[in-house]
Amino acid sequence: MSYFIIFISAVFVNNIVLSQFLGICPFLGVSKKLDTAMGMSAAVSFVMVLSTLCTFLINSYVLVPLGIGFMQTIVYILVIAALVQMIEIILKKISPALYQALGVFLPLITTNCTILGVAILVIQKNFSLLESLFFAFSTSIGFALALILFAGLREQLRFSSLPKAMQGTPIALIVAGILAMAFMGFSGVA
Amino acid sequence: MKKLQILFNGILKENPTFVLLLGMCPTLATTTSAINGMGMGLATACVLLCSNTVISLVKKLIPDSVRIPAYIVIIASFVTIVELCLKAWAPAISESLGLFIPLIVVNCIVLGRAEAFAAKNSVLDSALDGLGMGLGFTLSLTVIGSIREFLGSGNIFNISIFPEDYGMLIFILAPGAFIVLGLLMATIQHLKNK
Repeated sequence: MSYFIIFISAVFVNNIVLSQFLGICPFLGVSKKLDTAMGMSAAVSFVMVLSTLCTFLINSYVLVPLGIGFMQTIVYILVIAALVQMIEIILKKISPALYQALGVFLPLITTNCTILGVAILVIQKNFSLLESLFFAFSTSIGFALALILFAGLREQLRFSSLPKAMQGTPIALIVAGILAMAFMGFSGVA
Repeated sequence: MKKLQILFNGILKENPTFVLLLGMCPTLATTTSAINGMGMGLATACVLLCSNTVISLVKKLIPDSVRIPAYIVIIASFVTIVELCLKAWAPAISESLGLFIPLIVVNCIVLGRAEAFAAKNSVLDSALDGLGMGLGFTLSLTVIGSIREFLGSGNIFNISIFPEDYGMLIFILAPGAFIVLGLLMATIQHLKNK
């Protein structure tokens, strides 16, 4: 599969949040302000590419040769949890500035289903290592796009007057629905 | 009496979907039909019941500093068991839920209940809590699934209510999930404000 199609498909057509429903928790949780949304997106892309690299290598050099593919879920979640913890420690030592920017989001990422979801998806789709990494990167761009768009919309939403029952999560969900409808316009492109 | 309270706490008062807002990903993704929603809910309930029981049994053996990884391993083991069972006995459900079965591991409800309830309470209470929360989750998923299936294709549990041609397909597709859940939550907020 060509890399261009992987990119377009992961960012627009099968957007991880708006059409695959992965990572809804951070999508609703950290989208109240634009800058936290950006921080979260950056942290997610960083971890997603690294974790896909690790899980892909573990899958093809440990799980498949030993024939224990059924251990996938357990092994992956442990690898991701350990990796996130390690990134946190390393960042703290090497680059305090980056740690300041991403630090708060890192512990949240372990339970972000996009990371585990992508790690499992690349195996299901039979991607090569390079394709997997590129797919992880594109997916994280798609995640960032959805999150940042949504945060921008929600910042505007604060100034609108709403019926009491609609305030907060309900209107956020309906806005997300309309955003998803807009993204449906891309279907059939790739 | 108190036991019953623990059981019903998860079903109504602290319903994981509508009140605690946990586990949104499967809630939105797997509710394309009532039967899918129920399947997902029951799979999660099964994992919750087992993981809460086991974590409550071993809570004294696990050192405090490594409890989260230990909980995750226990949860992941049960998720794998459920995944393999579904593949063997209900391949159709397993096919339509796909990726979301392994993703029960990162469902915040499961780890949340382990940390908030099972780590502090007796085995029986934890099992009841897991069952209650699981059933509450199943209930809300089935309700959302029924509404979407009804509006989208005119069926509920594959029983035809009105002809499929009049269904609004959008409710089965992605945007419908957000909109139905948003409207349901607005209704609940309205009832609470009264």
